[in-house]
Amino acid sequence: MAASLANETNAAGLRHDERVEKLKLFGLSAPALLIVFVVLVIPVGWLFYLSFLGADGTFSLENYTRMIDRKSYRRIFEMTFEVSVLTTALTILIGYPMAYFLAQLPNRLASVFMIAVLLPFWTSLLVRTYAWLVLLQKQGLINQWAIALGFWDEPIKMVHDLNGTLIGMVHIMLPFLILPTYGAMKSIDRDLMKAASNLGASPKHAFWTVFFPLTIPGLFAGALMVFILCLGFYVTPAVLGGGKVIMVSMKIVSNIEMFVNWGAASALGVVLLIMTMIILWIASKFLNLDRIAGGGH
Amino acid sequence: MTARNIEALPISVSHVTKTYGKVHALNDVSLEVKSGEFLTLLGPSGSGKTTLLMVLAGFTRPDSGSLKFGDREVIRLAPHLRDVGMTFQNYALFPHMTVAGNVSYPLKLRKVPKAEIAERVENALETVQLVGYGDRRITQLSGGQRQRVALARSIVFEPRILLMDEPLSALDKKLRDQMQIELRHLHEKLGMTTVYVTHDQREALTMSDRIAVVNHGRIMQLAAPRDLYEQPANRFVADFIGDSTFLPVHRQGKGVAFGDMPLKIAGSVPDAKDLQLMIRPERITLARDNNGESSNRFSAVAREVVYQGDSYLLQSELADGTLITMRGAVRGANLSVMPSVGDQVMLNLEPDDAVVIDGSED
Ligand SMILES: Nc1ncnc2c1ncn2[C@@H]1O[C@H](COP(=O)(O)OP(=O)(O)OP(=O)(O)O)[C@@H](O)[C@H]1O
Ligand SMILES: [Mg+2]
Repeated sequence: MAASLANETNAAGLRHDERVEKLKLFGLSAPALLIVFVVLVIPVGWLFYLSFLGADGTFSLENYTRMIDRKSYRRIFEMTFEVSVLTTALTILIGYPMAYFLAQLPNRLASVFMIAVLLPFWTSLLVRTYAWLVLLQKQGLINQWAIALGFWDEPIKMVHDLNGTLIGMVHIMLPFLILPTYGAMKSIDRDLMKAASNLGASPKHAFWTVFFPLTIPGLFAGALMVFILCLGFYVTPAVLGGGKVIMVSMKIVSNIEMFVNWGAASALGVVLLIMTMIILWIASKFLNLDRIAGGGH
Repeated sequence: MTARNIEALPISVSHVTKTYGKVHALNDVSLEVKSGEFLTLLGPSGSGKTTLLMVLAGFTRPDSGSLKFGDREVIRLAPHLRDVGMTFQNYALFPHMTVAGNVSYPLKLRKVPKAEIAERVENALETVQLVGYGDRRITQLSGGQRQRVALARSIVFEPRILLMDEPLSALDKKLRDQMQIELRHLHEKLGMTTVYVTHDQREALTMSDRIAVVNHGRIMQLAAPRDLYEQPANRFVADFIGDSTFLPVHRQGKGVAFGDMPLKIAGSVPDAKDLQLMIRPERITLARDNNGESSNRFSAVAREVVYQGDSYLLQSELADGTLITMRGAVRGANLSVMPSVGDQVMLNLEPDDAVVIDGSED
């Protein structure tokens, strides 16, 4: 009896402290929860609600059945995926070697180059997109110089189509891929490559069996982010696509601006949101989503 | 069990130099490691131990010098062609592979048939006492287990030379002591030429056939553990190994003297200008009687007494202010009584234990 009494010493007081601490923590996070609720949950709920309103303002599924019935909608979704997949693939092909290059540099030099990579982040998206237009169009700088230098004779069409869109989008997306990939590369212990080499691996073999596999989580995180951002992209395909690249986001805009059909636009938004969530859900099976947000490994 | 005895190779390092800016990481190092020998590089931090090991493995390109494995000059050979086993200070295990994946890596590279790979991995894991751990992930292992996996990986392809850079430094003392014995047994069993790096003198004394004491990129002394301890070549080596007290001495007639007290020494006096008497703490004792005819006696005052369980440390001050450290045994009360601070004590140093060394630092 005495022993069990002794074990209860201060128990009530400690439980009380624990409760108070939890309440305080909740109190501290309450403002953040409120903001999330106001700016996220309510608008998305509203979007959801709107998407089920027909043209006459009553409940209807017409906004969704339209997407299935009309070929043009299907084409838009296909286009969105095509552009996103191509952009992601190109970003990986260009971004991975760039990240590798950065990771090999001595730290001070690496930060200089890193600023160059990040510079686009600090410039307006619109400015960058129009800058590409200036460079790529028929009377643009690239055509003028190439003709002046004799690389080709006739101006080449490089913009107002899929190619132009991809060039612009890849450029904008590169930092999103390079940063997590670079992070993964930097966190690889240099001794691992030495160990591989010591065990008999040629530099090429050591790269493919040790270095590359260890960078996959970072690369995957970057690629996922790029892909998801691409799905909702608007400005760049609108400016550089020349009307030939119509993505979901552009259809949303035209639904509202030209047809003032909030229901149709909302339904598109909902579908886009659900697709993104499905992709994230699948991806979370393969990797810790914390990494995308730069969390610990 | 079936570990084959490896046909070992001698290593011959001659005149190897490596500088980083103004730092002489290796300063004209020459060293012969005998076939099958366990040689330890011992030295303080920054002395060049890792650099020398990296030169042997091929990761650091020296400025000049020659390196031979057996008769073959390898100084310009790429690391992946050298065929030496190596364990890294932080193990460098591949985190994306299992234990078996790590251990089989060098075998797959050598295109060993699948069945044989499985067998040899199993054998290697048995050698390091990790049978049944093949499917574990590296992150699921303790420090000691990682160390063993690293070891298994470095011996599984039966390299004729094994390099180890402070392999035990991350382990706790008990595990370290145990692994020291195991590594030693493993070396006896497999018999590859081994170069081992440590800055732990006891580890070096426990494990090695010979020890090379390194300082400022140079080899100060290369000798068997016992010779190194008993007859250090200079003050640096004497100081680095053991916690000795040094008393300045000078020649007097045929012998040497400390102040005006002639010393009785059994060994020879080195041919050097600056001479010092080295007093190992465990070799000096409290005199039990007053007839000091056959030994050296120092009268002193006890300044500090520290009880350490298996022994006690006594620091006493000579008339001229020099502090002498003594380690006394804690045994039956009559045999050895711990003095108290302030006591007058008489220290006894037998001629056999009175070693005069070259007092220069290198
Ligand atoms: N890559 C490098 N660049 C510049 N200096 C270096 C480099 N590697 C080693 N050094 C210098 O060379 C000297 C020897 O270094 P080394 O790593 O061989 O020491 P060590 O004996 O292994 O020390 P520790 O016990 O701390 O591991 C040191 O002064 C070190 O600063
Ligand atoms: Mg070192």
